[in-house]
Amino acid sequence: MKVLRMGAGAGFQGDRIAPAVDLAERGKLDYLIFECLGERTIANAQQARSADPSNGYDPLLERRMRAVLPACARNGTRIVTNMGAANPAAAAERTLAVARELGLFGLKVAAVTGDDVLDRIGGFVLDETGSPAAALGDRLVSANAYIGIDGLVAALDAGADVVICGRASDPSLFLAPLVHEFGWARDDWTRLGRGILVGHLLECAAQITGGYFADPGKKDVPDLANVGHPLAEVNSDGDAVITKLEGTGGLVSRATCIEQMLYEIHDPARYLQPDVVADFSNVQFEEVGQDRVAVTGAAGTPATGLLKVSVGYRDGWFGEGQISYAGANCVERGNLAITLVRERLARFSGSILDERGELVGVNSVWPSTTGRGDPAEVRMRYAARCLDLHTAQAIGEEVEGLYLAGPAGGGGVTRSTREVLAIASTLMPADSVAATCAMKEVQHETV
Amino acid sequence: MRLYDIAHARTGDKGDISNISVIAYDPVDWPLIRDIVTPERVAAHFGTFDATDITRFELPQLQALNFVIRGALAGGVTRSLALDAHGKCLASVLLELEVGSDDIAPSCV
Repeated sequence: MKVLRMGAGAGFQGDRIAPAVDLAERGKLDYLIFECLGERTIANAQQARSADPSNGYDPLLERRMRAVLPACARNGTRIVTNMGAANPAAAAERTLAVARELGLFGLKVAAVTGDDVLDRIGGFVLDETGSPAAALGDRLVSANAYIGIDGLVAALDAGADVVICGRASDPSLFLAPLVHEFGWARDDWTRLGRGILVGHLLECAAQITGGYFADPGKKDVPDLANVGHPLAEVNSDGDAVITKLEGTGGLVSRATCIEQMLYEIHDPARYLQPDVVADFSNVQFEEVGQDRVAVTGAAGTPATGLLKVSVGYRDGWFGEGQISYAGANCVERGNLAITLVRERLARFSGSILDERGELVGVNSVWPSTTGRGDPAEVRMRYAARCLDLHTAQAIGEEVEGLYLAGPAGGGGVTRSTREVLAIASTLMPADSVAATCAMKEVQHETV
Repeated sequence: MRLYDIAHARTGDKGDISNISVIAYDPVDWPLIRDIVTPERVAAHFGTFDATDITRFELPQLQALNFVIRGALAGGVTRSLALDAHGKCLASVLLELEVGSDDIAPSCV
């Protein structure tokens, strides 16, 4: 039985590149998948594209392609990625240029588009605001549908070596090669559900090989510094073994797999995807060797016919300042600092929309009321969302002012501001979103 | 005994919804975890949302629970003012839950 080998090159925009190179060189992979788009990433990319029409794709695209293309071309490994972000066509052009520089003539690069639905989002009511998107007016930045595998499979069927899309559901990046290679029917809900599970397990890269997992003395992970990215060996029924390359750090175990299966999942029996509703409720994991876990039992039911759409919009300015206090009574001095900043910012009450003051090390992650003894030091943090940049700057300025006009012994002030890009979501009928793909080949330069 | 002693956990986020998985290290502890870590106990432990904001899913073959908590992330990662806007730390907060006397070995409960 044919077994497909798929590796995870990246699990987020800023992910480490060395493990992807290792997979490309030693993984004997059929596919190397880079998942690089977070909920907010594409709205940021859309702003970059607005400023420069040739931009708007992943800032690490060129570095990643330069690092893995030679080995992928040599080993016949095809690449699927959402690094196109807000501009897959420009990302494909950039990739073609890199491939040409590397002398990879004949390499085929496809751009998949169609996820951008900004032109038809206006009438859709947003879950978070309860109003139509059009009500956001000129604050509206982006609207991208989570598309499924149609455009990706078309690109693979056409022979693309590198397929670059923007917003697609993350597991679809992995499901598309499986459907292309094994010819799974588009109503074979069981196999589609299994393919989605493989994609879901791999899409966060090191999160299934010991990253986001290690807890010294409780959940020890060997050589986490050199953690390898995962790969899956998938058969034509969609059953898989999750593993990693020999010689890499980290671990693949039943425990890492269960944690990752439930990561960002709501109802395990109904994981809503563009092409299928995946059912993980009866999944089994079995350790079948060192760093080898067999996964079986996923299923699926028909897709809903609706696509999730992420809508990015400008939502004010964020301002923040931090300052440290140490030693006896540091918690009380930190709390005094919060009170002082709050009182001094009262003059901006009309343009501060939301604010919070907290002590890092005491109550910043959760407003815990249970005392655990006096900490040796605290870091006071004050943050606010403001109508305008001017007010956001005042937040950090008032924290900095504590040096001379605040509690005893405050030090190490940092401050920052940024524009807030908020994300809301809605659902759109799948038949109003059509993916298309365009492919080009690296040509010898003609003089 | 804390939940930390018998289970591991992971947090994920989608918009303003946090999901926290709770997974038994040893299948022997699964009945205790299933019976004690209820939405009511979880809500009381965090203290900032109600049990009605929580949906709990059971995966007995994996000895795992999945808690889906609506409105847990101060508006979600893109507009929250929290230092940990994703709520990545919330699983560790949940594992602080007291689940029984230290005198009782988990497997005897």
